[in-house]
Amino acid sequence: MSLPKASPPHLRRAFVAVHRLTIVISETERLVADPVPGITAAPHDDNLRYFDVTIQGPDGSPFQQGVFKLELFLPEEYPMAPPKVRFLTKIYHPNIDKLGRICLDILKDKWSPALQIRTVLLSIQALLSAPNPDDPLAPDVAKHYKENEADAHRVSREWTQLYASK
Amino acid sequence: MSSDYEFSDDDVDNVFDDEDIEMQDDDSDGDDGGDMDDFKVAPKTTRKAWEVQFDSLTQASIEKLMEKDVEHIRGILGVDESKAGLLLRHNLWNKERLIEQYMDNPDKTLIAAGAAMPEPEPPRPSRRPSRKPKASASPKSDTFVCSICFDDAPDITPLSLDCGHAACSGCWSAYITSKIRDEAEHACRCMAEGCGLVASDEFVRSAVDEDTYVRFEELLVRHFVACMPHLKFCPYPSCTNTVSCPGAASKTSLTTVVPIVSCGARGLASTSSGSMTQSQELTRQVTGKEHKFCFGCIIDSDHRPVVCGVALLWLKKCRDDSETANWIKSNTKECSKCMSTIEKNGGCNHMTCKKCKHEFCWVCMGPWSEHGTAWYSCNRYDEKGGVDARDSQSKSRASLERYLHYYNRWANHEQSAKLALDLFAKTEKKMEEMQITSALTWIEVQFMKKAVEEVDKCRMTLKWTYAMAYYLAKGNQKDLFEDNQRDLERAVEDLSELLESPIEPENIPTLRQKVTDKTVYVQKRNSIVLEDTAEGFLEGRWAWNATVEGFEDPVPQDP
Repeated sequence: MSLPKASPPHLRRAFVAVHRLTIVISETERLVADPVPGITAAPHDDNLRYFDVTIQGPDGSPFQQGVFKLELFLPEEYPMAPPKVRFLTKIYHPNIDKLGRICLDILKDKWSPALQIRTVLLSIQALLSAPNPDDPLAPDVAKHYKENEADAHRVSREWTQLYASK
Repeated sequence: MSSDYEFSDDDVDNVFDDEDIEMQDDDSDGDDGGDMDDFKVAPKTTRKAWEVQFDSLTQASIEKLMEKDVEHIRGILGVDESKAGLLLRHNLWNKERLIEQYMDNPDKTLIAAGAAMPEPEPPRPSRRPSRKPKASASPKSDTFVCSICFDDAPDITPLSLDCGHAACSGCWSAYITSKIRDEAEHACRCMAEGCGLVASDEFVRSAVDEDTYVRFEELLVRHFVACMPHLKFCPYPSCTNTVSCPGAASKTSLTTVVPIVSCGARGLASTSSGSMTQSQELTRQVTGKEHKFCFGCIIDSDHRPVVCGVALLWLKKCRDDSETANWIKSNTKECSKCMSTIEKNGGCNHMTCKKCKHEFCWVCMGPWSEHGTAWYSCNRYDEKGGVDARDSQSKSRASLERYLHYYNRWANHEQSAKLALDLFAKTEKKMEEMQITSALTWIEVQFMKKAVEEVDKCRMTLKWTYAMAYYLAKGNQKDLFEDNQRDLERAVEDLSELLESPIEPENIPTLRQKVTDKTVYVQKRNSIVLEDTAEGFLEGRWAWNATVEGFEDPVPQDP
């Protein structure tokens, strides 16, 4: 798919829009055909850019046994701009705040168009295994994690039981 | 007076001699508009003490400067032009530091700038694996699949930077366009995750449409200008000129000069060439507002005679205080005992302070005990208690009064300056009228227009003298300054009145004489104020009553 260089701007814009939508659709197809273990992502019927996501807490982390719900939205500019992802399930984690917002570099300045929904979700799963209290989004949780990791893990486990059990 | 001019001129020129020479060198390279430059330089030989030396540069001439730097680096480091450009941009156009770093570690410098690939790391022991990462394997297979959009149509063209991370041309175009248009980013790194290679200018040109490439070039120029302390981009909307002002390049110089510059353009630039007819374009150039701004701070108008630090302090104070202060002044009084600010919103005049329980009369501010039962009306204005209370109140109000005194005059001149456009239109009409009613020609009635322009200019000066006076420490210097200010203000008001007066055909010759005389006088008073203040800054003569960045802290003094 390509367009001659000297096409009028409106045609060009339309072309880019269609091009981006194709990317969303083909990526969704691949996601459904070849799912990632421990992760599900399903687009809404009425909005192809809006996904319901679940991530299983990784084994060996305080979030083990938990299933966390997330929402993922692909903005108009995707894949040139990163997707917007948010936890819907409450979680006690230094890089995820009360509103479920996630502090992750690839969702911000380290975004690259070569990343996909799949890689983003895998990165989030990895973030659950390896919290980074030195770059916190929830300062109180991060403080807890730094000062008494064992106790913080206990709270994380409790929350997982309370809010994220199947 | 003329010897003074010469003295201060020499002084300034000596200080910035190096830059001057450098700038002239640059000029001689640009062969376009050489006549124009001569024309512009001429008046500067009689530069006044309050003016700074500056040059206006077009986008093309900045691009020439950039090319020169690129060429210089290319020659020294022996890299190609595109790499030299990337290196310079990444190192904020600091040539010395770049050369030093490059000599130290060329590979590291190139990689940091996105001009070269790092050596593949993982297979350390065996050096033979192909330099190209896996993505490049796909083009070799029969059908190319774009790694971004997974399109595998046979007609798509795979494109990649030197790193070999291929994607289809549509994805590249969308990516680079979005970087330039949405993020105003000139360094477009490769789309592959973790790849730091930056797209060369030719690659960008081949990937985007013409408008976007124009924007890209503008971004490069803006980046260059932002990196140079002696350059500043014109802040007027859609203007692409740059002003060079070496005299105001350092922060410390801003305590001695007020670098008001002008980029040479006027009015609003036409957004796209061709949308304006030639005559419209001409009108814009002649009548549009001059692009005048301060090189040293963010104020986009003339704030002479006061230096940036004080001007900004004043603007901040006005933003924070003026409305509140006005309201407090007109709606409240202070308790004569504890000085709490009180608003009376109903009830009788027998007030009891909520804080200190002091009982007093709202009318005379004296203690209530002196009033007995006369609460319905206060006829005790001269009672001692009342006089004392009003005294202490007036003291606490004095600082507010002082501020409002300066603020109201400042705001008044600002308002008048805003009305200047009306005045211009009105004067134009009067000038036509004069031509009809008298034998004067168009050129002969220009004195009116000149007078209006002068009044406008002086009001600008006057406006800022109030900001300056508010912060000046008490003393002889301030008295002298305010004397000059008063003389200028009086002259300006006289001239304004003359301009507003109705025109009687028989009086026109005398009016003309009067206006011309007054204009010259006003002009002289204005230069006295500007010159005296400017010299004061150079000599470090002014002392402030507040802390101003770059100046010594104020000496505490009696209120």
